[in-house]
Amino acid sequence: MKLGKWLLPTYAILALVYLLVPIVYTIAFSFNDSQRTNIIWNGFTWNNWLTVCEAQGVCEAFGNSIFIASISTLVATVLGTAISIALVRYRFKFRSAMTLLLFMPMATPEVVLGAGLASQFLAAGMPKGITTVILAHIMFCISFVVVTVRARVASLDPKLEEAGRDLYGSPSQVWWRITFPLLLPGIVAAALLSFALSFDDFIITNFNRGAVDTFPSYVYTAAARGIPAEANVIASGVFLLAIAMVLVAQIGGAIRRKKLGITT
Amino acid sequence: MANEPSGRGFAQSGADLELVHVTKSFPGFTAVDDLSLTIPAGSFFALLGPSGCGKTTTLRLIAGLEEPTAGKILVGGKDITNTKAYQRPVNTVFQSYALFPHMTILENVAFGLKRRKIAEPLKLAHEALALVELDHLAQRKPQQLSGGQQQRVALARAVVNRPALLLLDEPLGALDLKLRRQMQIELKAIQSEVGLTFLHVTHDQEEAMTMADTVAVMNKGKIEQMGAPAELYELPHTRFVATFLGQSNLFDGQVTGTEGDTLVVSVPGATLHVSAARSQVSAGAITVGVRPEKLEIHRESPKAAGRQVVGPGRVIDTSFAGVSTQYVVTVPELGDITVFEQNDGDIVAVGEEVWLSWSIGHAFGLPIEAPFDETDLSTRALATAVQ
Amino acid sequence: MAIGAFSHGPSGVTTDATVQRSSRIAWLLLLPGIAYLILFFLVPLASLVMTSFQETIPGGFIGEYQNAFRWENYVEVLGLYGEHTMRSFLYAATATIIALIIGYPLAYFIGVKLRRFPLLQSLALVLVIAPFFISFLLRTLAWKQILADEGFVVATMKTLQLLPDDAHITGTAISVVFGLAYNFIPFMTLPLYTTLERLDLRLVEAGSDLYANPFTTFVKVTVPLTMPGIISGTLLTFIPAAGDYVNASANFLGSTSTAMIGNVIESNFLVLQNFPHAASMSLILMSAILVLVATYVKKSGTEDLL
Repeated sequence: MKLGKWLLPTYAILALVYLLVPIVYTIAFSFNDSQRTNIIWNGFTWNNWLTVCEAQGVCEAFGNSIFIASISTLVATVLGTAISIALVRYRFKFRSAMTLLLFMPMATPEVVLGAGLASQFLAAGMPKGITTVILAHIMFCISFVVVTVRARVASLDPKLEEAGRDLYGSPSQVWWRITFPLLLPGIVAAALLSFALSFDDFIITNFNRGAVDTFPSYVYTAAARGIPAEANVIASGVFLLAIAMVLVAQIGGAIRRKKLGITT
Repeated sequence: MANEPSGRGFAQSGADLELVHVTKSFPGFTAVDDLSLTIPAGSFFALLGPSGCGKTTTLRLIAGLEEPTAGKILVGGKDITNTKAYQRPVNTVFQSYALFPHMTILENVAFGLKRRKIAEPLKLAHEALALVELDHLAQRKPQQLSGGQQQRVALARAVVNRPALLLLDEPLGALDLKLRRQMQIELKAIQSEVGLTFLHVTHDQEEAMTMADTVAVMNKGKIEQMGAPAELYELPHTRFVATFLGQSNLFDGQVTGTEGDTLVVSVPGATLHVSAARSQVSAGAITVGVRPEKLEIHRESPKAAGRQVVGPGRVIDTSFAGVSTQYVVTVPELGDITVFEQNDGDIVAVGEEVWLSWSIGHAFGLPIEAPFDETDLSTRALATAVQ
Repeated sequence: MAIGAFSHGPSGVTTDATVQRSSRIAWLLLLPGIAYLILFFLVPLASLVMTSFQETIPGGFIGEYQNAFRWENYVEVLGLYGEHTMRSFLYAATATIIALIIGYPLAYFIGVKLRRFPLLQSLALVLVIAPFFISFLLRTLAWKQILADEGFVVATMKTLQLLPDDAHITGTAISVVFGLAYNFIPFMTLPLYTTLERLDLRLVEAGSDLYANPFTTFVKVTVPLTMPGIISGTLLTFIPAAGDYVNASANFLGSTSTAMIGNVIESNFLVLQNFPHAASMSLILMSAILVLVATYVKKSGTEDLL
């Protein structure tokens, strides 16, 4: 009986530990005083963190990834938010066809998306490079933005906007002062998701990047000859930054809810 | 529903329920405090109290959804304290109805029978649905039914198992007033038809009084008073019962002597009399109470033997409610007194000087205690509600 | 079924007046995004179909093809890569089941048991999505190094005689499935968490009140009520796992004997420049997944995935 009570928590904690093992490993090896390869522990050092950009190509690839993710996120968030609003608030023809079109990119394996785009660029005679990567990333981010923002639009009471119009707000004032601020948490979540997806995407990128290196493609190529510890530094830095942001948002939210006495 | 003679596994009629010194503590507070209680077989018993008084926890303890910190629970003389909910011959009609949304009405009602591997579960489920007049909706899903219909399905789902004891957790709470009245009558009819023991938990005093044979008023984890509804109303034993069950005018004072079988009580501004047989205390501090509808209002000082007279006072508020009129009369030193008077066409105006009187036999004496404050209980309700 | 004179059907969806505004604005909002998806999702699919029927130009260079209707491409790839296809689905299915076995109890613990502790619940959720924030490739490489022949895990298992002295973990089917399961557990756990977090525990209590023991209650009440989460979780795991080529690649957890469809498509497209074969493999993968998903969703009885 007592044993049964502990079974589930123990299992869950072990599962969480399992999820975290490679993360801890990656972070630990960013401090490894590695020689040529970063496989065997050679002792602790700060050097990799202090001289990140000395490893050839790491920082350039990282910069490319940041650039690609920023542009893709911006475009995908705008396009996706507009679609979400239309889907929830308006009725129009071909609605189910459009829902299907939005769902399909998420249900299609990435290799297929990557190969499809690559063959289209090939057929169109478009050289592969940073532009083709951005075009590809926007495409798969749109669906994820729609899924995230749509839930937020659906939970937004249209009466609030009616109240805004009733109180002499022009359509643009109602949008900027009422709708947009209320949708913002959803839009921000969608943008963060897009950024993360774009930043970490490898499969689609690999088909369309040509000679351009992104951070994941750098790691993939380097895996054949051994990853420099500097790659671990970049991944760890991004991880720690992201986790800090999420923790602040999540725990801040939980504390606020607790203060307000919302138990659900 | 026909009483079939065999093969149902559990009770053919209700069984006694006995709680022996049951205590349930949660971190920080005690929801049920050393509760002992016997509910005889076949009765309709109501547990009445404000939210957070421990009545729902009591119900969950009996159902097996909570484990008592101390004490024993017996059904039909058998100790079931250490059995699990699914092993107990007890069924609950949940406040939220808790109908399984992924099953049809029929599947919901047959669920318990199937688990106990009782023969012909679907036939019995149809019978139970016929009892609540919903057999024609057997193939629907719960979401397609109205609140009142869902409530009846929940009842059928519990009754079909012929439990020794049926627990009703504020089952009418979500219904509107009209439907509530109708369901109260139906529920009562079903109880006498199937002859099971019903334990009904509610915060609605009117519901408890109209439906139950016996009402137990619960407060802060303890039962304050238990008895037939009329008995509780006419002769409350505690200040809590006097104010939670209907309204009361209460006067705090001291017993100063006796006149035969009557206590003489001195309160600020008056000397009151109360029958010793109707008083819980016979000396020292006492609260004298009288129900508002027992009071009469007079424009001149009345002279009548056996009646208590107070006044003069002044009418400060009247509210007309059709069959009756409610007055608030302020009497110097005694304070505000509420009076319900039947509507005889003569309404006393605000500002008039009046005297009040009541039959001494209607007054009751209570041990003195601090006034009951309903607000301090409501926060605890949250903690008890879910697990 | 006895729906007699008394039946009143489920009330129709009431349409809010605000919903029915002019559809011109709707199209204005929809058009840019939809056009984008047509241009960069549908057209590439069409281009893939065309490529899959192309043939080599007589006397042309490697990687030069012309439009044709060469359906033999499909026959060829099925013959060449049938084994890879079977392997992909087998690996992905196994990884999905493992992820479900790990993810369901985890999601149940976070979504149900931690409800009373919102702070702990948020923290646990952050830990579940934490792998998203570190490079997918690096965490897979981390496993490669942890499971390497000279690593701690293999050494310990060999000392305990759980593995023969000459055994490997990396490069085998086991390590590929392990890596796939690991990488997609968050995709499994999150949708499960969402449904479990909303699971009405009063229904579970009702089950136990109605003589169902904990196991029966789980099977008859909890599982059906969380079916939407199970379906989206398994799909979100299975689809990317079936098309993955990182875990199975020889530089990561696999070897040439573990190559999956993804590896075939990658090498045909990017190395061999056999675009028609890569395209026909892609389309075979996509249609297989579509058929699987459609039957799965239909069988599980949940159509409202989106």
